[in-house]
Amino acid sequence: MSDTPAGPDTVRHVAELARVDLDDDEADQFAEQFADILDYFETLDEVPEVDRDADLVNVMRPDEEREGLTQDEALSNAEGSEDGYFKGPNVS
Amino acid sequence: MTDNVYITEERIEGDEEGPLAGKTIAVKDNISTEGVRTTCGSAMLDEYVPPYDATVVDRLKTAGGTITGKTNMDEFGMGTTTETSAFGATENPAAPGHVPGGSSGGSAAAVASGEADLALGTDTGGSVRCPAAFCGVVGIKPTYGLVSRYGLIAYGNSLEQIGPLAENVEDAAELLDAIAGEDPNDATTRERPDDDYAAAADGDVDGLRIGVPTELVEGADEGVVEQFWRAIDELESQGASYHEVSLPSVEHAVEAYYVIAMSEASSNLARFDGVRYGTSGGYEGNWNEAFAASRREGFGDEVKRRILLGTFALSAGYQDKYYKKAQDARAWVKQDFDEALSDADVLASPTMPVTPFELGESLDDPLKMYLADANTTPVNLADLPAISVPAGEADGLPVGIQFVGPAFGEKEIIRAGSALD
Repeated sequence: MSDTPAGPDTVRHVAELARVDLDDDEADQFAEQFADILDYFETLDEVPEVDRDADLVNVMRPDEEREGLTQDEALSNAEGSEDGYFKGPNVS
Repeated sequence: MTDNVYITEERIEGDEEGPLAGKTIAVKDNISTEGVRTTCGSAMLDEYVPPYDATVVDRLKTAGGTITGKTNMDEFGMGTTTETSAFGATENPAAPGHVPGGSSGGSAAAVASGEADLALGTDTGGSVRCPAAFCGVVGIKPTYGLVSRYGLIAYGNSLEQIGPLAENVEDAAELLDAIAGEDPNDATTRERPDDDYAAAADGDVDGLRIGVPTELVEGADEGVVEQFWRAIDELESQGASYHEVSLPSVEHAVEAYYVIAMSEASSNLARFDGVRYGTSGGYEGNWNEAFAASRREGFGDEVKRRILLGTFALSAGYQDKYYKKAQDARAWVKQDFDEALSDADVLASPTMPVTPFELGESLDDPLKMYLADANTTPVNLADLPAISVPAGEADGLPVGIQFVGPAFGEKEIIRAGSALD
């Protein structure tokens, strides 16, 4: 076993960052699976540094007004809306 | 009638005339259809109804195709079996008791069972080619940028393409003809070559130079390897020649693919917070608490695993170790393929190193499932086109052979594949 760093505490911390609730059983199970998976990812250490100078250009369109979704359409899948706005939980 | 091919079975009629008039097409449920529920196989989007059509759906309708419904899939495309769907598993019509492959398992099953003439899937790390191979049908993963992703609900945007599935190569090529081409709504699309893909399915492989990457054959099951060489023999008898090539970088493709795909997924799936769409559940608490509760309820285990691993791979202190090394590996894979394709018209390998799993067999072991993607993921990392066509059976289970071509070289792989039809 390598020094793979993802124990249950780390899993809980990452889950908090990713805004996914986990109960303790899930955190334990994920920690066990992550140990195997991260162990496998370790082999990336063997990859040499590669010169990656991709020949890419940004694609821009002219800054012109064009039709988009109406406010009603944009709100149509929201569970709650008020005065034409999305209604979300309290910020604090 | 195969069970659970569709998540939503609903006909959408296209124009009366066009090259796809009279054809029925099943569409994977992560491709937006205006007014028709699009779930991504997730409880999170159980009630999501897109207010607009994906560009490919628009093009199907304009070409006269009739959409038969939205097909079952691994949740958000994350799986190799279609078993991570929140709507239950789909059985493989070509191999009862086995999975249809994934993540576009419903689309491949729709074609294999005759529920639809054609289907659209999406391929981020093999999700069109794997189910094509497992169900004994044809599937094409186009060059990155050939087909618009506008309206495709994103999982790993730097890797994924929408691609066709069909009973034979010519039909799949005809569907590609209908959907390929530049789209102002997807800045990563490129002007398509002036090619008629269906016409390229002429079976003429006289003089075709096939490179066989040894790394992608060695790891495969014996029965699969046997069928693979039988197909190469068949192509040789039609005038093609083959030589072995080495792609040392592909030994790292699976881990590079998963690090990149999970990282992109952790960002893409941040939008599902239960406010603009998704399951809100009316949870108490502040912004963060309500989001975390909604995401706990809405996402399945495999999606949670990938979001968490992606978040971890991008977090301070680990980014250089995982994400940057994965990008190095990706560039290396690209170089290897470019080099191999300088002496070959196409590269050939088994599509999947294994035959279809039994239903339920691989769910508990995520790493085992990831390793099955060894032959398909390198192609997505290299942005190249690939086709999977049926190549016999091993122990009564379908085997597929994959041809990989140079960027925008769809004609070459279609031609090679059509010689085995």
